[in-house]
Amino acid sequence: MSPRLVPGGTDRVRRRDRPIRLTVDGEPVSGVDGQTIAGVLLAAGRTAWRTDPAGEPRGVFCGIGACFDCVVTVGAERDVRACRRRARDGDEVRTQARAEDR
Amino acid sequence: MTRVVIVGAGPAGLAAADAALRAGAGVSLLDAAEQPGGQYHRMLPAAFRAELPDKIQHGRRAFDRRRRRVLDHPRCTWLPETSVWSLELRDGEPPLVHALRGVADGADRESVTLVPDALVLATGAHDRVLPFPGWTLPGVFTAGAAQALAKGERLAVGENVVVSGTGPFLLPVAASLSQVDARVLAVFEANQPRTVLRGWTRDAGELVPHLKKAGELAGYAAGQLRQRVPYRMGRAVVEARGDGRVEEVVVARLRADWSIIPGTGRTLAADAVCVGHGFTAQLELPVAAGCDLAGDAVLVDAGQRTSRPGVFAAGEITGIAGAPSAVDSGTVAGWLAAGGDPARITGALRRRDRGRAFGRRLARAHPIGGGWTGWLRPDTVICRCEAVDHACLNRALAAPVTAGARSVKLATRAGLGPCQGRICGPAVAELSAAAGAEVARPHHRPIAQPIRLGELANLRTEENP
Repeated sequence: MSPRLVPGGTDRVRRRDRPIRLTVDGEPVSGVDGQTIAGVLLAAGRTAWRTDPAGEPRGVFCGIGACFDCVVTVGAERDVRACRRRARDGDEVRTQARAEDR
Repeated sequence: MTRVVIVGAGPAGLAAADAALRAGAGVSLLDAAEQPGGQYHRMLPAAFRAELPDKIQHGRRAFDRRRRRVLDHPRCTWLPETSVWSLELRDGEPPLVHALRGVADGADRESVTLVPDALVLATGAHDRVLPFPGWTLPGVFTAGAAQALAKGERLAVGENVVVSGTGPFLLPVAASLSQVDARVLAVFEANQPRTVLRGWTRDAGELVPHLKKAGELAGYAAGQLRQRVPYRMGRAVVEARGDGRVEEVVVARLRADWSIIPGTGRTLAADAVCVGHGFTAQLELPVAAGCDLAGDAVLVDAGQRTSRPGVFAAGEITGIAGAPSAVDSGTVAGWLAAGGDPARITGALRRRDRGRAFGRRLARAHPIGGGWTGWLRPDTVICRCEAVDHACLNRALAAPVTAGARSVKLATRAGLGPCQGRICGPAVAELSAAAGAEVARPHHRPIAQPIRLGELANLRTEENP
């Protein structure tokens, strides 16, 4: 019972997917070129990857860059909105906890 | 040659660019996304290499023609992945536009400054979502997020999905979810049939020109029926529950004012819920430009001119009325910003007026009922960024020392998080008003988009690329 990418082979828009590989907190995760980092994480079965100031889990909410719920660290860049950043092959994504900032 | 700078390449901004080019201007068209289209014509990423992208786009052909005409035009400079972070005011002229070019939230984006003879703001809107218990659980999405992920990435946010809120936009969201093979259990429209019908049909003579839009809505409704998605009115998701993610939602029947009819709550198992209670216009840039507002929209005259010299506004920031209306207001704004003769766009002016009437009707048919505050519990989070709950906000609103809008913000931190009150702002304003406290003026954000301190320190100005 998770978010799911329409499989490229059966998609009516006839995608010709190119696979990419990322790591999330060191774990390998596979995705499709063109997906946002949020799209990769959701399709990989992760619905949450951040904790709020109260320690509660958060993932994607607004999906268009307005709410900042989905921010992650990509390589050396902190606070990247996962819903707006395209995933690139080899991206090293790290999850963030808001409580750590204080 | 007049240089028209247009911020936002959705339906309004793209139409403005098209019209300004026709009127002979040079155009710089900026958008934060990689491709034009905005939220409405969200395109699949090129990297998906889709052979049949038209299969999922609504009204795609006219949009495609306009997109090519604009982007291929020799007088048009298209600036994708460009975020405007600041407007610098000038006397008697439109402000300078400071922007960053590069991947979203990247660390070493290129800074650009544009010097407009006329500025068209077409920054659009995002979903408004009222707080309710459990709305911070993963698996609760805005309706727009579900739409963006389905249309833009071919991703279903869940397998068994509930759509809830108000307004005609809920139907295309349900349709998009079906297209990515999610099962839409039901669409819940919070308003009563009576409210919706009366809102749409008052001054019925006005309705005829809206037939195209009505036909579009009927098309969605028919699609819904074919797919057997129940559409229930006078009901809403008033709570989401689950252990670390959504597992079930509570749906209750509502009175006309959106207060819950006691004893009507029932639970429904679902792994995602998509919620939209109308839209919030993205007014940061109009406010930064010093434009007067009219309620929740930018105040514009018959020529889409704002109160500031050389600054025009178009689309959802001038009143929520949907994409077709946005196109007409964009055409008017772009044409006049380029110095075009108004006598040559009488058709667009007339359609724009009808669009405005449509927007007024939409607001009447799908109002937000004040009774939603009764859905809240003391521990319901209001400000998502700072996890400020209803009890905390109420304490600040009740204390005479902290009841001022600024004090409420500082005492509770509601609105001080990364989103800068974009999401909780309207809810905090409504709760403040209900408590008899001062209401903050929204949208005042001197830095409109996040910029890294390193980028700020290294600003190199390149004018009019």
